[in-house]
Amino acid sequence: MMTTTLNETSTLVYERPHSLAACNTNYCPGCTHGVAHRLLAEAIDELGLRERTILVAPVGCSVFAYKYFNMDGCEAAHGRAPAMATGIKRVQPDKMVITYQGDGDLASIGMAEIVHAAARGENITTIFVNNAIYGMTGGQMAPTSLPGQKTTSSPFGRDTILTGYPVRMSELLSTLDGAAYIVRRSLHDIANIRKAKKAILTALKVQMNGMGFSMVELLSSCPTNWGLEPVEALHWIEHNMIPAFPLGDYKVIAEVRSL
Amino acid sequence: MAKEMLKGNIAIAEAAVRAGVEAYFGYPITPQTELLEHMSKRMIELQRVFLQAESEVAAINMVYGAACTGVRVMTSSSSPGFSLMQEGLSYIAGSDLPCVVVDVMRGGPGLGNILPSQGDYFQITRSAGHGDYHPIVLAPSSVQEAIDLTTLAFDLADQYRHIVIVAADGLIGQMMEPAELPPMQSVRTNRPDWALTGADGRQPNSIASFYLKAEEEEAFNQKIQNRLHEIRDAEQRFVEYYTDDCELLVVGYGSAGRIALSAVQTARDNGIKVGLFRPLTLWPFPEKRLSELTDMIGACLVVEMSAGQMIEDVRLATGGQIPVGFYGRMGGVIPMPDEILQAITTHCRQLKHGEGAFTPLERVNS
Amino acid sequence: MQTEFIFAGFGGQGIMFAGQVLAYAGMDAGLESTWIPSYGPEMRGGTAHCCVVLADRPIGSPVVRNPQVAVVFNNPSFEKYESNVTTGGLLVYNSSLITLSPTRDTVEFLPVPASAIADELGSMRLTNMVMLGAAISSRPVLDLEDIKHALEEHLPAHRRDLLQANFKALERGMECAVKPVLTR
Repeated sequence: MMTTTLNETSTLVYERPHSLAACNTNYCPGCTHGVAHRLLAEAIDELGLRERTILVAPVGCSVFAYKYFNMDGCEAAHGRAPAMATGIKRVQPDKMVITYQGDGDLASIGMAEIVHAAARGENITTIFVNNAIYGMTGGQMAPTSLPGQKTTSSPFGRDTILTGYPVRMSELLSTLDGAAYIVRRSLHDIANIRKAKKAILTALKVQMNGMGFSMVELLSSCPTNWGLEPVEALHWIEHNMIPAFPLGDYKVIAEVRSL
Repeated sequence: MAKEMLKGNIAIAEAAVRAGVEAYFGYPITPQTELLEHMSKRMIELQRVFLQAESEVAAINMVYGAACTGVRVMTSSSSPGFSLMQEGLSYIAGSDLPCVVVDVMRGGPGLGNILPSQGDYFQITRSAGHGDYHPIVLAPSSVQEAIDLTTLAFDLADQYRHIVIVAADGLIGQMMEPAELPPMQSVRTNRPDWALTGADGRQPNSIASFYLKAEEEEAFNQKIQNRLHEIRDAEQRFVEYYTDDCELLVVGYGSAGRIALSAVQTARDNGIKVGLFRPLTLWPFPEKRLSELTDMIGACLVVEMSAGQMIEDVRLATGGQIPVGFYGRMGGVIPMPDEILQAITTHCRQLKHGEGAFTPLERVNS
Repeated sequence: MQTEFIFAGFGGQGIMFAGQVLAYAGMDAGLESTWIPSYGPEMRGGTAHCCVVLADRPIGSPVVRNPQVAVVFNNPSFEKYESNVTTGGLLVYNSSLITLSPTRDTVEFLPVPASAIADELGSMRLTNMVMLGAAISSRPVLDLEDIKHALEEHLPAHRRDLLQANFKALERGMECAVKPVLTR
């Protein structure tokens, strides 16, 4: 953690959350993984959970998340973070267990694990970063890629005749009785970032209160693989992703509303 | 405790319970399902963790998660399910974590059948997943051994922070025979210092199998290899019968080993100088003792319920100094004592013809 | 000494339990003893069988291909095991249900009207013990008392009220075995 020396006339308005490790990340300029990390770290700090949280990192761009957070963490096999988190949570129900997963990890190879964790009402929290592309492997088509979206494995644009349609995970998981809190937020501007933070706080409180499975889906940018400038990428979220993945609360059980 | 008639699958489950297993994750598959069913009752009664996973893939990754917290954890499956676990096993190996996996082997490849087989020898001893490692593999030949080796499995897993596989087959899993269970051990309350228990008052722990730099990955691999070397030195286990004066040494493990013992006993009754070498550890393979025995015998006859997999380890251990013959049945067919006796007789006759006259039998009985 | 038994019939005829009682009795009498069922899909409704081996030295295979004694409860099992019984072996069959006739002359046959006897004793569930009684008296590896003791120890709690009836069924089975028949 950075140390800050303040004199009598200055006020601390911004610092690295204690839950974020003091290290550089491998994320590209303009990528919103950094924002997502910070929001999660702030929420953990504010709820005083760092010392009893275990973070499960995915395979994907955020593969090193277990190093970027200043807390106990581990690295799951591709898509298996919900299963690994289940193992951790079942033997230590008093700990907070969080998975941090991308769209290839969660919605493609890990579809079975996330669906069944939600169906069991596994008392874990998932931060689902959806940027409609495989980032780590260099921009291939993801299960959430939009129709017509050009990627390195759909160079002519995603052809729905050949490859079908994007999977809307929040909507899908919201049909399961074990899910307590499923919402979709976006990281493309300040107002939405604030809403995302609030949702993450709620999701963690859902777990603290043993209410069942919670997930916050965050629409996120990938300027590098989308071939856009960072600001253009934020606009792309707004104009292209949000119409396909509408923001909103997909499952909020009554007990959560009273939190 | 007195002997009781116990079914292999249930004996293994109860031995694990008594060894203090804190969490079990599994998926139904014949012929190991009674193991999972026993756990579903006992673990809940004892307020420990039992969870039926959505797949073997999920089950092994749940094991991976629970192993990160430093508890005694296990899963069980049978051949096709074990194949699905290879991914998780490799991650567990790459993270230096202890766990116990039971494979009650059945006929394959593919869906195969539910009958006893030893066709998983390669997949469980060579690596059980991608990358350079070997699990420790224990092979019981009776219900009593299944109990004893399951207990040992947890101790070895903890001692070496390593995967230990109990390799049984449908015969051991399904049969009942008299056996004695050990007393109940209490569940450990302390957690190792590397466990993920929350970074309260200490630096964070992280568990991963990820090394981007080749040199770092190589250094980690070297650490695994050093440990494997230590295990190879210390943990080779076997049982031998009539080896004082034998000319032909039968080598077989698990069910094939116990059936071969019947044949060897009958051969001895008939005055044939034959012995039996039964590996209890398939990895590390008991090569040291077998190598010593090589100097005293004329030939080996390997008996397996497969097309011949362990035979490769026998050939390595005997170093080409003696002929190594084979008798095996595949696809869930159990070799009967009289078939093995016939193979013994034929091999001994060939041995008597003197050096050079030995021609290994057909690899597999047709 | 090693004696191998197969019990075979429809699921629900008490095949598995009859074998288990014999295996328990063997263990209690200080013998090596194994029991193994046929398992998997064939358990559900079709024919089921189990093998029991009793011996005075370690048992190799618990699975038996050519038993010395086959105890069969229905026609399909009779058909299958008549040819499998080892030469000089014994086939005990439930003559109340089995309509087939013996064809081999190298095997002893013992017809037991087990279902009829069980019915007479008040419960068709006793058929298996009638058959077991007949089987052990024809191959006296164990005493009736060993079997009774095993039953006493291992009869499930909810069937306890049938203990005396089970004893009676064993005895009636033994009586049937006074003179095994050598056919043809």
